[in-house]
Order: sequence, then structure tokens, then C-alpha cells
Amino acid sequence: MTAAVQVAGLHKSFGDLEVLKGIDFTVEAGQVVCIIGPSGSGKSTLLRCVNLLEQPTAGQVFVSGTELTHIDVDIDAARRRLGMVFQQFNLFGHMSVLDNVSIAQRRVLKRSKAKAAEIGMRNLEKVGVAEKAEQYPAQLSGGQQQRVAIARALSMDPDVMLFDEPTSALDPELVGDVLGAMRQLADEGMTMLVVTHEMQFAREVADVVLFMDEGVVVEHGPPAQVIGNPQHERTRTFLHRVLNPTHADDEATTPS
Amino acid sequence: MTTDTTVAEAGTAPRARLSPRKRKKISLTIQYAVFAVAIALLVLVADWQAIQHAFFNLDEARKAFPDILSIGLKNTIIYTLSGYVLGFFLGLVVALMRLSDVVPYRAVALVYIEVFRGLPAIVVFMILGFGMPIAFTDFEMPYDPYGTVALALGLVSAAYLAETFRAGIQAVPKGQTEAARSLGMSQGRAMITVIVPQAIRIVVPPLTNELILLFKDSSLVFVIGFTLSGYDLFKFGESLSNQTGNSTPLIVAGMLYLCLTVPLGYLVRKLEAKQKRGRV
Ligand SMILES: Nc1ncnc2c1ncn2[C@@H]1O[C@H](COP(=O)(O)OP(=O)(O)OP(=O)(O)O)[C@@H](O)[C@H]1O
Ligand SMILES: [Mg+2]
Repeated sequence: MTAAVQVAGLHKSFGDLEVLKGIDFTVEAGQVVCIIGPSGSGKSTLLRCVNLLEQPTAGQVFVSGTELTHIDVDIDAARRRLGMVFQQFNLFGHMSVLDNVSIAQRRVLKRSKAKAAEIGMRNLEKVGVAEKAEQYPAQLSGGQQQRVAIARALSMDPDVMLFDEPTSALDPELVGDVLGAMRQLADEGMTMLVVTHEMQFAREVADVVLFMDEGVVVEHGPPAQVIGNPQHERTRTFLHRVLNPTHADDEATTPS
Repeated sequence: MTTDTTVAEAGTAPRARLSPRKRKKISLTIQYAVFAVAIALLVLVADWQAIQHAFFNLDEARKAFPDILSIGLKNTIIYTLSGYVLGFFLGLVVALMRLSDVVPYRAVALVYIEVFRGLPAIVVFMILGFGMPIAFTDFEMPYDPYGTVALALGLVSAAYLAETFRAGIQAVPKGQTEAARSLGMSQGRAMITVIVPQAIRIVVPPLTNELILLFKDSSLVFVIGFTLSGYDLFKFGESLSNQTGNSTPLIVAGMLYLCLTVPLGYLVRKLEAKQKRGRV
């Protein structure tokens, strides 16, 4: 079976700044892979390279066996297999929630208005914001907006969902709703690649955790290993800071 | 700054001086006095009889109606709106070309904007009015004079509108394009469905301002030259004034311009206030 996502030898530079320095990993169909790492380590850049919002400097990205980085690939068509959820939601402010979840279905997949609305509503129900269908994004809380964004991406029937710190812009009491929707999605077997600082989510939902630092994957494996028993000093330091934010400056201690 | 100096002065020089409150009161009194004197001079020096006769002559004003409405006002509205609609779409196209990745498009758009923004509108109108029929002898402009006027006003306003649209498009957050692209939309599709509609909302106040300016610029189209039935508000008032040797028709025309532009100006302020509230 071909992997859902395969990244090989991925490099990305912005001018002189080399952000990704050779990344390799695979996401099997149905897997949840969480990417953790300090700010500026290149997590967002990696995710954006996977659906080619950024053009990689070198390396290859395959989605379900199709090479997205191939020069002749129809990138708009290839991107449809990947849903993306952004830190800042990026809902279309001039459209109602229902239009947000149906516009791309109609314009890109050429579904009828009724069909698009039906699929959109089903996904809004799934993430628990169906009663907001007629409202505009600005009338919704951050947590509701982010769940609409998830429904919008799901409505395109993607093979893989990409999440870039989906809860970082939310008030703490709203984080749970969004993580709940993501957990449900994972339980239903969706293939997911998630950049997150929510260690508990990563520990409980992820099949594989990647720890990134300075543009390379330092360590990867099941959460019990990477988060529970990290092998590298850099991973330990990072986890210590994230898990004990008030003692971030204390000496990192090896968990034993 | 003023408070700083007064505090310093109060600290170092405890002499009896005017308090800031008193000083402000005196300054205000002087300003009102100057205003009153100016009004009084105007009233005393001006020959009100003559002014009223020349500018606010009710008999002359009555003569202007109803034709000043059915010809002048009607034509000014038709000229301006048709020019605006043409300028709107042409301006949008020029703005998209200006932001295009294709270098020749960008160059053409830039030249267009610089030329039509830099030329006095009246020069463009004259060239179109006189030059076009000579240059394109076999070409018959449809719906003359409306066609030529719409083209003239459209070409001029498109340059301004293009810059307005460009600013609006650039004000839409980059995340909107990225979200649209991540849903499989092409660059063009994202532009049409997601970016441009939001850009237009952002620039509604300046777009309305451009409409006000165009109402005024439309008074220059008389240089294209037409018959009485094609007269716009200004040309109508001006020719009637010439005939009668009385300026009242021009005043009536001016008032009618204000009837169009003042409510639009009010609308712009409302829209701007609404946007300001929306953002905070
Ligand atoms: N478009 C860009 N142009 C130039 N530099 C960029 C660009 N995008 C990202 N960078 C740089 O690349 C580096 C990695 O950024 P990236 O956003 O991928 O980090 P991150 O791991 O997602 O961090 P965070 O946790 O803060 O989101 C940073 O130094 C950033 O300044
Ligand atoms: Mg990031």
C-alpha cells in the first residue's frame, strides 16, 4: 500500500535562511502524526511545503503516490486531496458559514448548490456548529470559527488533513471543543498531520510524534517514546519547557 | 507641549500671569470678534440688490425649469453613472493586471494609470471628441453622445479606481488566498470568489468618493461638443446664463450638483464610521 504522505529530502530556504534542512518521513493511511518543536524550528514551513503553499527548494512530496513536487503536476487538483486548517482560521469573512463550507465544493468540485449544502451541513453537524450555518464568521467565537474551518476542509473529501497549531489562537476554555472535534476525526480513521503544542493531545491521539528543531527531525516514534522517554537532549529540554512553563529556566532533568 | 511650558513657567515664575483657562477665553473672544467684523463688512460693502439680481433671480431661476432637470440633470446622471460603471470594470481589470505576475501586463497597467491620472481630464475629453472621429473614420460610436462620454469618463476614472482596487486587494489578508488555494481553487478563482469581493467591501468609502469626483468631472464633457439635448447640468446652466446675461441658471445648476454630491459625501462619512466601528 502506498503511504498517504511521503516526504523525501525536503529542503526549504528563504533567501540565505535555510529553514528546512532535509526532512524525511512517511504518514501511513489512517495514521495521526503530530509534529512538535520549538518556535521557529520550521514546523509551519514543513506543513506548507506538504501542500505546496511554499515551493520546496529541493526534495519530493508524495500524496497517495502522486508526486506534488513534480513539475507537470496539476497542483490545484493535487491539493484537493489535502485539507488544511490554519492557526488563524482564515474563514471567508464575506460569506455565511454555510457558504464558507460549500463555495469550494461548488466552484472546484462542480457540485450542485443543494448537494454542496447537504455535504457542508453534514460536516458542520459533525463538528457541532450546524446551528451557526446562517451566521457570519465575525459573529462566532474562535472555537466555533476553527470548527467551521475544519468542516470547510472536510467538505472537499480530502485524503489527508493538515493542521497548523489549530488551537494556538484560542482562549483556553475553547481549546477543548476543537481538540474534541479533531479527536473524533482521528477515531473515524482520518489521516492527519498535526503541528501542535498540545502535548496531551499528541500523547493520547498520535500514532507517531516527530520532534523538530532547527529544520531537522531530531527524533520520531510513538508518543510514549518521544514524549514519555525522549532520547535526545534537545527533545528533553523542549519538553521540559513546554510541560513546566513556570520553571522553563530550571535545569532540564532526565525523566526516569 | 503647552501644558509642559505652563507647568514650567508656573514652577519658576510665580508672578501673577494669565491662567491657561483665561488665555483660551480671550483667544476665543478675539476669533468671534474677527468673524463678526468680517460678516458686518460683507453686509455693508456688498450691493445686495445687485447680487440678488445677478445670482438669485427667481424669475430667471423659474425659466430654467423644468428643462434643467429633464435635460441637464438627467444627462449629468447618465454620463456619470455610465462612465462610472465602465471605469469600475476597466479599473478592476487594470488593478488585476497591475498585480499580475506577467510583466507586460504590469507594465501596460502602470503606463495606463500614470497617463490617465497624469493628464487633465479635459485633454482626454478633447482628444476623444475631436481626435477619435478623425482617427477612426469608419468607426461609428454607438449611442452618441452617450457612448463617447461614457468612454471618456470611464477611461479617466478607471485610472483612479484601479489604484483604489489595488489598495483594497492588497489589504485582504494573505491567509484568505492561502485558505482558498488549500481548498483547490486556482489563483484566478481565488481572486474572483474570495479576494475581490472582500477588497471591494474594504474600499467602498473611497469608491463612493470617486463617484463624487466623477459627478464634478462630468461637467468637462461639454468640450466633446453636443447639441442641446446632450447638454449636461453645467453646460445647460452656462448656455442659459449666456443667453439671458444672468448668472442665476448657473447657481441653480450648482445647487443641483450639491444635491447629488452632498448626500454621497454624507454616505461616505457614514460608511467610514461603520468600518471603523467594525474593526475595533
Ligand atoms: N515567507 C517567509 N519568508 C522568510 N522567512 C520565513 C518565511 N516563513 C517563515 N520564515 C522563517 O522560517 C523560520 C521557520 O518558520 P516557521 O513558521 O516554519 O516556524 P514554526 O516552527 O512554525 O514556528 P512557530 O511555532 O512559531 O509557528 C523562521 O525563522 C521564520 O522567520
Ligand atoms: Mg508555525
